[in-house]
Amino acid sequence: MVEKATTIQEFVEAPPRVSEWRRFGRVFFQRKLVVFGLVVLSILIISAIFAPWLAPYDPYRGDLSDSLVQPSGKYLLGTDIQGRDTLSRLIYGSRTALLVGFVTTITATILGIVLGLVAGYFGGITNMVIMRAMDALMGFPMLLLALLIAAVLGSGIQNVIIALSVATLPGYARVMHGLTLSVRENDYVLAERAMGSSNMRTMVGHILPNTLPPMIVLVTLQLGSIILAEAGLSFLGIGIRPPGAAWGSMVNDGYRFLVTNPVLSFAPGLAIMLVVFAFNMVGDGLRDALDPRLRGIL
Amino acid sequence: MTELLRVNDLVTQFKTESGLVKAVDGLSYYIDEQEIIGLVGESGCGKSVSQLSVMQLINAPGEIVGGEVIFEGTNLLKYEANGPQMRSVRGAKIAMIFQEPMTSLNPVLTIGQQLTEMLVLHMKMNDEAARKRAIELMNLVGISGADRRIDDYPHHFSGGMRQRVMIAMGLSCNPKILIADEPTTALDVTTQAQLLEMMKDMVQRFRASLVIVTHNLGVVARYAQRIYIMYAGRIVESGTTKDIFGKPRHPYTIGLLKCIPRLDEEEGRKLVPIIGLPPNLINMPPTCAFLPRCSYKIEKCFKEPWPDLEPVHDNHFIRCYADTKEKASESTK
Repeated sequence: MVEKATTIQEFVEAPPRVSEWRRFGRVFFQRKLVVFGLVVLSILIISAIFAPWLAPYDPYRGDLSDSLVQPSGKYLLGTDIQGRDTLSRLIYGSRTALLVGFVTTITATILGIVLGLVAGYFGGITNMVIMRAMDALMGFPMLLLALLIAAVLGSGIQNVIIALSVATLPGYARVMHGLTLSVRENDYVLAERAMGSSNMRTMVGHILPNTLPPMIVLVTLQLGSIILAEAGLSFLGIGIRPPGAAWGSMVNDGYRFLVTNPVLSFAPGLAIMLVVFAFNMVGDGLRDALDPRLRGIL
Repeated sequence: MTELLRVNDLVTQFKTESGLVKAVDGLSYYIDEQEIIGLVGESGCGKSVSQLSVMQLINAPGEIVGGEVIFEGTNLLKYEANGPQMRSVRGAKIAMIFQEPMTSLNPVLTIGQQLTEMLVLHMKMNDEAARKRAIELMNLVGISGADRRIDDYPHHFSGGMRQRVMIAMGLSCNPKILIADEPTTALDVTTQAQLLEMMKDMVQRFRASLVIVTHNLGVVARYAQRIYIMYAGRIVESGTTKDIFGKPRHPYTIGLLKCIPRLDEEEGRKLVPIIGLPPNLINMPPTCAFLPRCSYKIEKCFKEPWPDLEPVHDNHFIRCYADTKEKASESTK
């Protein structure tokens, strides 16, 4: 019996393979709100990429004789005090929103992942220095810190990106740190080290992939709030410099005419709301589709 | 046979809030080439820690504070724990497989990715050659349809199959020594037998030595050539498998053998448990750690510190003052 023990029976029928992608897609696209979010985001991305072709007028130069025109066939969403077409500015504003949103998130995520991973993996004094610095940053409310940095560096799109990156960095670092601490204790990390893997290889090749699903969800959810924060900064006048189109500054420009020309503020306000909502829905959908613990429930 | 690895007076401690835990306290043993040895002891006696120390895989608060690990003429403990020299020993010269097959494989990487990684790293193979070799290895350890299953994820595999993959991984770079830390504890008995048999075959095929760390005397009785019995961080008895099972001399070994049933014994023998609990390894007294539980203790045991390993026979050593010879033979009746 023992001699034959090492040979095992061939499976007659292999179980059918369910592709991970197919399962992901089924859960992800099943919910209407997620699909709605995807549609909104697609429109946003298309309008940002094709802004020069989509916008009916020059968003920066208006016709002063057409100042504060109500929505009409000529100007679908009316014009502002300088006679600039609101729809065109809205379309160009999507570029600002997406640019700030993506660049900030990518910068903050990469930095946060590196800091959190290093702190969590090595522990000890490295962990102490990195995480206490992050805690100190976290002590400031996000928007206040961004305001402070933007006030010091001056306005302008790259300064907004820097300010928001610094302000959101500790959140990523902290989540990554926590994930690393839990993944690091797994037997496969020890097994990997026992096979002669270097620290770098263990961290990047084995710990990082295990932390990605929660990080992806966090990033998607954060995108919305960064767009919101950018709108907030622009509204307060330290975001995008004046001729540039940003939804936040458009709301600010329009609120003096809230009674006579409500569409001036409402249109960008609604755009901000829809986009943030869409990002949250997609983030939610991603979490449901990626979290194995929710498998079978949804 | 030539000696491959010798561990001398290895001491590994853990600094805890309640004191210094000497998990391994002056451990010495050796392995010859192509030999299978068993390291036996109950939970918490330092078996796993001693093996992790050999690989320098002890994490803070643990620390290797003394001793040497001579492998192929060099002391491995002289190498920096995570330096390139130590890393080129791990996996390539000394490989280790762990107790829990369910958690020893990375769940987000395919079996193939994990098997080929080490081949590329240590054997400098290219991806294609590594993949071919990985399929070969999977076939060797008895995974059918290896060319299809190589792209599966660990959760597609059962516990026994994962342990097969672990063994394939351990042997993938032709190591000189394979350390199997309780390789079959988490598996059912049928799978255990299959795996151990397969592991023995594989080790012979690869001309490697095997260290089986276990608390299961049955496992080592069948496969090991020599056995080390560990208690409280030290070897208390060592000898050939025949000596340990036939003529056990240390009270602890005798106790262990008295509490398990044997197929070849007369009917009606009562199984006698070892009374008491293993000692707390914090603040150990200098006297014999087994003293409180020992039924052979003599006056000298209370006065003198724990003795060194003394030979009682060719290649048979015990760490004990009491003369257990007569009592042992009478107690087996």
